[in-house]
Amino acid sequence: MSEQRNGHVRIGVYICHCGANIADTVDVKAVAEYAATLPGVVISREYKYMCSDPGQELIQKDIEEHAINRVVVAACSPTLHENTFRGAAERAGLNPFFVQMVNIREHDSWVHSDREAATVKAKDLVRAAVMRVYFHKPLEKRRVPIHPEVLVVGGGIAGIHAALTVANSGKRVYLVEREPTIGGHMAQYDKTFPTLDCAACILTPKMSAVRAHPNITLWTYSEVVSVDGSVGDYKVVVKRKPRYVHEDLCVGCLQCIETCVYKDSKFDDEFNLGLSKRKPIYIPFAQATPKVVVIDPDACIQLKTGKCKKSCMEACVERGAIDFAQKETYEEIHVGSIIIATGFQTFDPRRMPQYGYGKYPNVYNTLEVERLVNASGPTSGQVITRDGRVPKSVGIVLCVGSRDENTNRWCSRVCCMTSLKLAHLIKEHTGAEVYIFYIDMRAAGKGYEEFYQRVLNEGVHFIRGRVAEITDWALDPSEAGKLVARVEDTNTGFVRRIPLDMVVLAVGLEPQPDAHEVQRMFGISCSLDGFFLEKHPKLAPAPTYTDGIFIAGLCHGPKDIPDTVMQAGYAAAEAIALADTGFFELEPNTAYVVEEECSGCKTCVPLCPYQAVTFNEEKQKAFINEVLCKGCGTCVAACPSGSIKQNLFEDEEIYSEIEGVLAYA
Amino acid sequence: MEDRPVSDKLSTSVQWEPIIVAFFCNWCTYTAADLAGVARMGYDPNVRVIRVMCSGRVDPQFVLDAFAHGADGVLIGGCHPGDCHYVEGNYKTLRRYHLLRRLLRDLGIEEQRLRLEWIAASEGEKVSKTINEMVEQVRALGPLRLSRRFKEWDAELASLEAEAQSEEVVAHV
Amino acid sequence: MEPSAKYLYYPGCSLKGTGIAYEESLLTTFRLLELPIKELPDWNCCGATNYMSVSETSATLLAARNLALARQTGSRDLLAPCNACYLTLRKSQELVAHYPKIAHEVEQFLEQAGLPRLDSVRVRHVLEVLYTDVGVERLRELTVRRLQGVRMASYYGCQAVRPYGEVDDPHEPTRMDQILKAVGVDVVEYNLKTKCCGGALTGTIHDVGVRLNYILLKEAMRQGAQAIVTICPLCQFNLDAYQAEIRKQTGEPIDMPIFYLTQIVGWALGGDVRELGLHRAISGKKLIEQWFTVKKEAETYV
Repeated sequence: MSEQRNGHVRIGVYICHCGANIADTVDVKAVAEYAATLPGVVISREYKYMCSDPGQELIQKDIEEHAINRVVVAACSPTLHENTFRGAAERAGLNPFFVQMVNIREHDSWVHSDREAATVKAKDLVRAAVMRVYFHKPLEKRRVPIHPEVLVVGGGIAGIHAALTVANSGKRVYLVEREPTIGGHMAQYDKTFPTLDCAACILTPKMSAVRAHPNITLWTYSEVVSVDGSVGDYKVVVKRKPRYVHEDLCVGCLQCIETCVYKDSKFDDEFNLGLSKRKPIYIPFAQATPKVVVIDPDACIQLKTGKCKKSCMEACVERGAIDFAQKETYEEIHVGSIIIATGFQTFDPRRMPQYGYGKYPNVYNTLEVERLVNASGPTSGQVITRDGRVPKSVGIVLCVGSRDENTNRWCSRVCCMTSLKLAHLIKEHTGAEVYIFYIDMRAAGKGYEEFYQRVLNEGVHFIRGRVAEITDWALDPSEAGKLVARVEDTNTGFVRRIPLDMVVLAVGLEPQPDAHEVQRMFGISCSLDGFFLEKHPKLAPAPTYTDGIFIAGLCHGPKDIPDTVMQAGYAAAEAIALADTGFFELEPNTAYVVEEECSGCKTCVPLCPYQAVTFNEEKQKAFINEVLCKGCGTCVAACPSGSIKQNLFEDEEIYSEIEGVLAYA
Repeated sequence: MEDRPVSDKLSTSVQWEPIIVAFFCNWCTYTAADLAGVARMGYDPNVRVIRVMCSGRVDPQFVLDAFAHGADGVLIGGCHPGDCHYVEGNYKTLRRYHLLRRLLRDLGIEEQRLRLEWIAASEGEKVSKTINEMVEQVRALGPLRLSRRFKEWDAELASLEAEAQSEEVVAHV
Repeated sequence: MEPSAKYLYYPGCSLKGTGIAYEESLLTTFRLLELPIKELPDWNCCGATNYMSVSETSATLLAARNLALARQTGSRDLLAPCNACYLTLRKSQELVAHYPKIAHEVEQFLEQAGLPRLDSVRVRHVLEVLYTDVGVERLRELTVRRLQGVRMASYYGCQAVRPYGEVDDPHEPTRMDQILKAVGVDVVEYNLKTKCCGGALTGTIHDVGVRLNYILLKEAMRQGAQAIVTICPLCQFNLDAYQAEIRKQTGEPIDMPIFYLTQIVGWALGGDVRELGLHRAISGKKLIEQWFTVKKEAETYV
């Protein structure tokens, strides 16, 4: 303990009541009185709300009037208010890193009910902080510059809206989309609830705007393959898959598709979920953006065997856009921040075999029916079952893969409204009797409940009960040739059998199948349900724990289109703010080598995942590049001679904490 | 160190309560413990959390030091494999953990007194479950009380030294 | 105790009575598969439905005695071929595990009876043993004759797959189909695999019980099945015994053999008609004669 550095330590301890949040469980007065007896403590106070202005002023005043030079605040988690109290110290002229927080709310009062034990714990934790703060050093925050460019991953409505917002602020945006076109799931929907706006009519202008925007670089049929660096400077590598068509040369005349040697379309059309067919060379849908054809290498004869007469090339001979030799390419970009908007997948109802999806042709999922009712869909908007009939009775089963212990526990939020919309559309298209089997109708949103009432008045039958099974065996002649939904009608208390011509499963929403790989690549976290985790569920629902990375849309959790657009705009605003600030302040928790003590063993060198530790052959000493160091402390723990130190987490600070929490053990 | 005041429940010899020192990484487990707090997922009050940026910062000496100062158990919490905020710090932790358990065995400290658990930021429930399990387990093992045993050994050593010295004195006379 | 067999066989009341053919075919099949099996000595009633609905504790005590006896023999696997026995024994294990009050009573009772504590005995069903311990591929290899061109529907009854789902998937059970296909039977699609056979209703509210059987038989016919294969003695009995009555009531020409899975597997493995109890059938006698006895020379040997 160097006398010189710490000779005049004067510690102030502040215990927060947090209203009743802490004070109800922890005897704050006793803790404050106890803290006053600890060595080095000059002032010990308790106050109702330390984070309030008067609370902060209390600290500032003590620093100014009582020459306090170390501050311990026992309150909530440092993740919430560390910056608040550092700021208070700084305003009073004290280096902000002389502040140490003690978490007696999340880690104490909120998880314990025994007042006595909670108070003892609070004392232990406060003592540890007092002993720790003794060793704190003045530090400077590190500033890193921010590249103004922004990467948006995913070209659904969330990615489109975020990209346009950032681009409109004058910054360069890279929009990367895995599919050959942007548009995402929204492009597949027919109408949108509750206004019944045509989804394509409101989406396609935004898609065109993306294409036309001078600040947006659009890379479709591309995927991010690696992400390095950190906030301000992310180095991102994007793989551009070969579409065997030069994007800059194709004008979307579609002649090539017509002349393809396949006279008939015979490959499942992904956009229409296999309800229609396409050729090996195709365009996903009429308003695809960019309007550039793509060749499916698993279907194209030339790409599979090399023995095709290549009539598509002949059709395009003037422009020469088709190029079977095209290879994948890689683009490397540097961006300051990243917005992830990678979307969702729908629940595969085959996981609930009792509903017969995949077994009975007339059992559909909601997305398929969106295509069926769509005028540009596989049946030109006619609702016809797979066996060619116009259904007279249609049942919509809610919560398939939602609110279910066996599959997904969460509510997928949009299925109730989607089902109401589809019920309305099916009735409008076919005049069929429509049954909605629901557990609860959740119509919370602007105009949603009103829409529910409208559909109720249109004569759709609502049966409250979870469908047990869909079968095709008839108990009496009225059921012959039909599907039968067996359901307990919990409003009447009877088990009912309802014969149907068509069954629609309102499938829940799930994280993308590769969400975990994406999460790891970008260094963010997932919630228990597998969707990406936001920094704070209330106050920071687009930032993540990784600075400079934001999430938007359904990759974060089920939500409807307006909520998606709002979150995308919020993520964009955060990215713009970051770029406009121009710099980001990092915690000064980097590691450094005390050269005199380094023995040159090189243990630390291979441990650093950021190559921040190098070895100076001349001096025979390790060297840590502070710019590259992210402050994990792994090398510090490994150094056999103790010559690597970490700011904010010095050995002596942690040893004091250990000793502090155990002083009574 | 001074003795714990009588009013403090944990020290009254009537019923011994284990003390667990926990090292939680900032990004996953510490956040999960915050979440457990926000969601009021209660657990035993026997644990004292020390925050580090990464479980990779946990020097094996921290663990030994905690035992030496009277901890009955030590819990290390890090991100799940592959989820480390610093790419691979938790792998280093895992390697050290295995070696450390062997060392503890050689020192006569039950291996179960040290536990490493991967707890993601969203796993508040796991924090509560892990802590309760560990408290239960350490309670079953009984007190380690290395710090007191050190005192006893020191006293023993001192008396032996004194004895030896007095003998020396006698010899000199 | 003498050295334990791998499988300890718990017959329950049915397999010694109406379901005797199940016992015969089970023991024959296990003999042909060279699986060691031994009857649980001194077993008692499993505690099935009637007891369970009157008093869970008393029913559990009955089941617990059997489980404790099994534990005493040192065998780990207690084989209960009857669905009702299987479920009652399994359920009593769960009750003991989750209800301390019942557990306490069981403990006291076993202590008084001088029996060991319940521990480490697995209650197994024949289907599960055939599927997981023997395996579909092994059964295919061991098959010596195939009932070529015969179409059957597999029927589980209500108790085998619910609520525990250990015998097969509760929503879409397919293991029996896989086994039947492996031993050379054509299996038809049958959606009523776990629907009610009427259970004891055939004895109490006869009309309802018979109607439920009619639904099962009719759907099997609609799907083109010539026979139904079961794994429960009560299902087998209900489906087998009332076909004449159903014919009279509905005028439909229903006359369909109802087999035990072990009869079909045992036959495929080379078992004899009598030792498989095939001669005991009530319905579909003609088909049984045609398939299993008369044209012995026409059997397809593999």
